[in-house]
Amino acid sequence: MTANARALTVENVFGGYGGADILNGLDLRVGPGEIALIIGPNGAGKSTAIKAIFGLVKVRAGTVVYGGENLTGLRPDQIVHRGMCYVPQEHNVFPLLTVHENLEMGAFVRTDDFSHQLEMVYEMFPALVEKRNVQAGTLSGGQRQMVAIGRALMMEPSLLLLDEPTAGLSPIVMDSIFEKIREINGMGIAILMVEQNAKKALTFADRAYVLVMGRKRHEDSGPNILADPEVAEMFLGGGK
Amino acid sequence: MEITGLLSYGVFFATLAGIYAVLALGLNVQWGHTGLFNIGVAAFFAIGAYASAIFTTAPSDMHMGGFGMPFLIGIVAAMVCSGVIALLVGLITLNLRSDYLAIATIGIAEIIRLFLKNEGWLTNGVRGIPGIPKPLSGVIEGADELLFLGVVLAAMLVVYLALERGYRSPWGRVLRAVRENEDATRAAGKNILSFRLQGFVLGSMIMGLGGALYAHFTTFISPEAFDPMFATFLVWVMLIAGGSGNNRGAILGAFVIWAVWSGTEILTGMLPETMVTQAGALRVLLIGVLLQVILLLRPQGILPEKAPEVRGGMDGDTEKARGAGRGPSE
Amino acid sequence: MAELLQLLVYGIVLGSIITLGAIGVSLVFGILRFANFAHGDLMTVGAYFALVVANLQLSMWVAFPVAFLGTIGAALVIDRVLFRPLRRTAPVILLISSFGVALILRSLVQLIWGSANQVYEAGIQMPYVVMGLRIKPDQITIVLGAVVLVTALHLFLQNTKMGKAMRAMADNVDLARVTGIDTERVVVWTWVIAAGLAAAAGIFLGMDTRLHPVMGWKLLLPVFAAAILGGIGKPYGAIAGGLVIGIAQEFSTLFLSPAYKPAVAFGLMVVMLIVRPKGLMGGRG
Repeated sequence: MTANARALTVENVFGGYGGADILNGLDLRVGPGEIALIIGPNGAGKSTAIKAIFGLVKVRAGTVVYGGENLTGLRPDQIVHRGMCYVPQEHNVFPLLTVHENLEMGAFVRTDDFSHQLEMVYEMFPALVEKRNVQAGTLSGGQRQMVAIGRALMMEPSLLLLDEPTAGLSPIVMDSIFEKIREINGMGIAILMVEQNAKKALTFADRAYVLVMGRKRHEDSGPNILADPEVAEMFLGGGK
Repeated sequence: MEITGLLSYGVFFATLAGIYAVLALGLNVQWGHTGLFNIGVAAFFAIGAYASAIFTTAPSDMHMGGFGMPFLIGIVAAMVCSGVIALLVGLITLNLRSDYLAIATIGIAEIIRLFLKNEGWLTNGVRGIPGIPKPLSGVIEGADELLFLGVVLAAMLVVYLALERGYRSPWGRVLRAVRENEDATRAAGKNILSFRLQGFVLGSMIMGLGGALYAHFTTFISPEAFDPMFATFLVWVMLIAGGSGNNRGAILGAFVIWAVWSGTEILTGMLPETMVTQAGALRVLLIGVLLQVILLLRPQGILPEKAPEVRGGMDGDTEKARGAGRGPSE
Repeated sequence: MAELLQLLVYGIVLGSIITLGAIGVSLVFGILRFANFAHGDLMTVGAYFALVVANLQLSMWVAFPVAFLGTIGAALVIDRVLFRPLRRTAPVILLISSFGVALILRSLVQLIWGSANQVYEAGIQMPYVVMGLRIKPDQITIVLGAVVLVTALHLFLQNTKMGKAMRAMADNVDLARVTGIDTERVVVWTWVIAAGLAAAAGIFLGMDTRLHPVMGWKLLLPVFAAAILGGIGKPYGAIAGGLVIGIAQEFSTLFLSPAYKPAVAFGLMVVMLIVRPKGLMGGRG
C-alpha cells in the first residue's frame, strides 16, 4: 500500500463546543509518514485538537490544511474521502454489529472492491479472524481497539487520527497496540495521536507537542521531550 | 341585550382561560422548570375535578360520597389526590429518560380515563357527576359567574406568585440545574430524584387545582370532558406558545391560545351545514399546525425564559435537556 | 383449555399487528432518537389509503402497494417539512412535534373520510374451525403477512449495505458519522421502512376490526409497550415484545374487564421499565 506524501498543517486554530474557546491558537504539523504525539495535562484540549482537525469541533478561526487542501469547516464524512480517518477514544465500535460488519462499515463510502483491504486488516490483526462473526460489543478492550483501528484502515487513509488508543488497557495489551501502530506507520501511514501513557509513546514519536490551555507549549522529537527535565517534571509524573 | 351577552361571553371566556392558565402553570413547573415531559396533564386535571366533585357534592348513591364539604376542602382534596398519584407515578418513572416518562404519563392518563369511565361505584361512570356546587353562588344576585371568575383569577394569581417565588429561590435554581445538566447537578451533591419528584408532584397538584376549578365551574363532569389527547395537547400548545420556563408566558399563552381556539369556533361556525360534523377536526387541525409553526419559527415562545443561566460546569459535551441538543443531522 | 387456545390465537393476531407497529417505533427511535407519537396515526393513514382502493372494488393486492406508497410519502413529507429542521434541537422537541403531527393526521383522516366506523369488505367472514378453534381467513392473512414482512426486514437488515448502516447508526450515531455514513440517507430509509410497516399494521388492524380515525392512536400505547419490552431501538426485540403484549392483552380478559386491555400493556411496560430497563433481550447499556 502506498500512501501519498501529504502533510497536515494546523495554523493558529481557535475553537470549542460553543462556549469559551478550548483551542487558543493551536499550531501543529504532521509530516508525511510521521508519528506525531499530543501530550499535556487534563483539560489542555488534546482530544479537542484532534476533533477540530476532523471537523467534529467548530473551528472559529485558523486553518487546517491537509495535502495542500484547506479542510477547515468540512464535515467528517467529507474529510474521510480525503484520506484522513479518525478513531474516537470511547464508543469506537458498533457494539451490536459483528466484527466483520464493523470493518465493512469502515468502507461504507467506498464503491470499489475493498476485499483486499479486508484481508490486509485481518492479516494485521489475526486475533480478529476467529471473532469475525462475533458482536463487537462482547470483545475485550484490546480487541475492540483493534476493530476500531481496523475499521479506520478500511478507507486506506494516509493519515490516522487516534484519540488515546490505549486508554483503559492493561500494560501488555497496551504494548501490543503500540506495536500495531508502529506497524501501520511502517506502511507509510502517518499517525497523529493523543496519548495518556506518554512515556512509552514518546520513545517512538517523530514529533511531539505539549499542549497547555489549548496552545502549543513545547515541540520536539519524542525522545528529546522525554529527556527534557522540565517537561518530565510537569507532565510525566516527575520523571518517575 | 347585546352588551350583556357579550359581557357574559367575556366572563365565560376569561374563566376557562384562567383555568387553563392554572394548568399551564402546573405544566411549566414540570416541563419549563424541571424538564419533565408529562403528556398526562389530562389525568391530573381529571383527578382534581373528580376529587373535588366527590368531596363537595351532596350525598348521592350514584357515586362515592358526596361528602357535602365546603369548596375549599374540595380544592385541598383535589390537590392532595393529584399529588399522591403523582408521587406514585413519579417514584416509578422519574428516573427514566424523558421519552419513557412521556410514554409512561400517557399510559397513566389512559388508565385513569378508563378507570373513571368503568368504575361506576366511584364516579358514576359515563353518566358523570352532576350538581357540583359553585362557590359564592347567590352572594350577589346575578353575579355568580362574575364572582367565580374572581375565584379563578385569584387562584391563578396565588399560584403565579408562589411559583415566581419558588423559581427565584435556591430551590428553583436547583430545579433548573437538574433540567440543564443532570450530571453536574448530581456531582454537586444534589439528590436528582428528590428534586424531580418535588417538581412533578407540585406541578400535578396545580393541575389538580385546575381540575377542581373546572368542576365547580361547569357543575357537571363526565369522562368525556377529559379526553386525554385534547386537554393535554391544548395545555402544551399554550405553554410552548407563551414561553416554557416563563410563568408569565404560561399565563399569556393560555389566554392567547384559548382565544385562538375560541376563534376557530367562530370560523368553523361559518362552514356550510354539511361540514358541521367535521368542524371539530378542522379546529384540532388548525391548532396542530399552529404548534408546528411555533416550534419551527419561535420555539422559545412569546415570552422566553429570562432566568439567569445555570452554568453546566463542564464545557462542551453537556447534553442539555432542551435547547441545543445533539441530533443526527448535525 | 379450548378457551385458552382461542385467546392465544387472538393474541397472536393482535401481537402480529402490534409487532409491525413496534418495529417502526423502535427503528425510528434507534436512528432518530425520539419516541414518535405520530406512529399510531401513521398506521391509521395507511389503513385509510387502502380503504380508498378497497372502495374502488379493487383487490387487496392493489390496496397494499398503494397504502405503502401513500404512507411512506406522508412520512417523508412530514420528516422533510417538520422533523428535519427540528433535528438540530433536542429530541424532546421532536417528541412534542410528533404529538402535534399525530393530531394533524387524525384530523385530516376525519375531515377526508369522516368519523364513522368503516370496513374493507361488508359481510361476515366464515371462520375455519380447526380442532375447535375458530380462525378467520383474514386472521391467517394477518399473521402470514406479518411473518413475511418481518422476514423481509430481517434479510434487509442483515444482508444489505443500507440495512447494516441502519443498524450501525442505531448502535452509535456519532461513530456512524465519523465513519462517513450518509446519515440523512439512512434517515430516509428508516422512514420508508417504518411507514411501510405502519401501513401494513394499519391495514391488518382494519381487517381484524374496523377502520376509525382513532384506531391507530388507540394502539399506540401497546405499540410503545412492545417496543420498550423488546428494548427500544432494537427492532428484533420488538417482535418478542409485540407477541408478549398481544397475548397478554387477550389473556387478561379472563380476569379483567376487556376495557382495561390497554392498561395491561401499560402495566407490563412499567414492570419491565423497573425490572429490566434494557428490555427483554437485554444487551448493552
